[in-house]
Amino acid sequence: MPQAARTLAVGLAVVAAGILIASLRVNPYLYFAGYVIFQYIVIATAWNILGGYAGYVNFGTPAFFALGAYTAVFLIQSIRAPLPVLILAGGLVSALLGLGIGYLTLRLRGVFFSIATLALSIVLQTMIINWEYVGGSRGLSVIRPSSPPFGSYVTFLFTVMVLLAVLAVTAARFIERSWIGRGLAALRDNEEAAECMGVPTLRLKLFATTISGFLLGVAGAPFPYYVTFVEPNSAFNLDYAVNALAMPMIGGTTSWIGPVIGAVLLGSAQQLATVTISSEMNLFIVGVVLVAFVVLAPEGILGLVRRLRGRSS
Amino acid sequence: MTAPLLEVDGVVKRFGGFTALNRVTLHVKSGERFGLIGPNGSGKTTLINCISGALAPDGGRILFEGVDITAVAAHRRTRLGIVRTFQIPKPFSSMTVLENLHIPLEYAAHGRLHGATGSEAAAILRVIGLEAKAHLKPGGLTQIEMRKLELARALAARPKLLISDEAMAGLSSAEVDDILTILFRLNEQQITVIMIEHIMRAVMRFSERIVVLDAGERIAEGTPEEIVGNQAVEKAYLGE
Repeated sequence: MPQAARTLAVGLAVVAAGILIASLRVNPYLYFAGYVIFQYIVIATAWNILGGYAGYVNFGTPAFFALGAYTAVFLIQSIRAPLPVLILAGGLVSALLGLGIGYLTLRLRGVFFSIATLALSIVLQTMIINWEYVGGSRGLSVIRPSSPPFGSYVTFLFTVMVLLAVLAVTAARFIERSWIGRGLAALRDNEEAAECMGVPTLRLKLFATTISGFLLGVAGAPFPYYVTFVEPNSAFNLDYAVNALAMPMIGGTTSWIGPVIGAVLLGSAQQLATVTISSEMNLFIVGVVLVAFVVLAPEGILGLVRRLRGRSS
Repeated sequence: MTAPLLEVDGVVKRFGGFTALNRVTLHVKSGERFGLIGPNGSGKTTLINCISGALAPDGGRILFEGVDITAVAAHRRTRLGIVRTFQIPKPFSSMTVLENLHIPLEYAAHGRLHGATGSEAAAILRVIGLEAKAHLKPGGLTQIEMRKLELARALAARPKLLISDEAMAGLSSAEVDDILTILFRLNEQQITVIMIEHIMRAVMRFSERIVVLDAGERIAEGTPEEIVGNQAVEKAYLGE
């Protein structure tokens, strides 16, 4: 399969480039900012599997992200589990939550599903605030493992996040091009008609919510080591909900590359604004850009490109 | 004498205190052209939803090829061969006409692992007369083309029993004839057809046997000639 081989080659090349950049040991801030951008590639890609492919808009991204982060906190506190275990466990616990909200789709569609996911985030945050073992409302300091590769733990985490982003994007691309992706597109267009055309809609929705939850949890699991101080307000930050939705919308929701484009553009713009203007400008930028795209280019950058190509040919 | 293809046996459906279907029983034979009529709100679409699996009945049984399918999920019934079209067309709007057919070909007709073949979808579009529109999105279709897409997509699922829910509502007289010709041709290919329709001219011409529903009850059954002369049917439609 040359197609699969090419995918593997591109993925490996990206990971290798990440490692190469890490070994250059340039300005540490670059790794710090790069981590966030790659983290958003994972988040936007994960969100898009449910929101873009299946058409179920999830406002509860912070719940899944924080669940991954707090699963990691718990495992660091209790058994000092190594990073790969944290990532896997964070993913699995969030996947379970995803499966749970998958069953919600039996009764809740459209905006009602979105409202339920928003509520989910608030409920989960309240639970964490009242759980002293993982820091409660005061938060908790996490001590990073000593002697990391590349001399700095953030640089190491940067390479980890590059790898996770490659895995997430590869998974999304595979889903999109398989029978699963075609079935999800059918149920996004019309769920009733899809079911009547033989598409097992419930099973596909459960798959989408579970895999989306898994990847969001994976994105959140390294978070405690990245910030070294975890508290509910940062882990459940509204930024995640807004960005997870805005990035795919800006890039284009129908293809795997859309969330990647959106995350890179918006993520970089936010990082730039944070250092040059003020950290408060973050959400302002997202807001303005999102409104502009919804009005002018509802199908995102991908839609724009397609329209321009169509006109020239 | 073979068993009927479809048996609806004492099906009851309630919505709160309202009984939409009250112990409806009917049989459809293999290869038959079957008409289902009744005034607005008589329960025709509810009955279709129970047969296709979109609604679960509160009582009674539904058998297909002698097997009880009352508890079978809708998408599995499609794979068994019960395929419906919708009163208001529900195309997959992000896909082209051709891609619309790939979904049932992949999910119902062949099984997912075998995938769909483009030539098969194209052949169905030729039968229906939509081949010129194969690469258009449904948004660019006319009303009659949209109805034809509904039929084409249903055909791609390889139905044994095709349920056509008001496929002709709102069409011109010539367009009605167009759809009728298609349905006759499908029936010649051993596809059993249940037609739900308000356009009497069409149902009477098409059906070999007709069942009339009124307020959730079966009030008459017979050939088109018998139904036309039936007192109860006249009363249901026109009042006393």
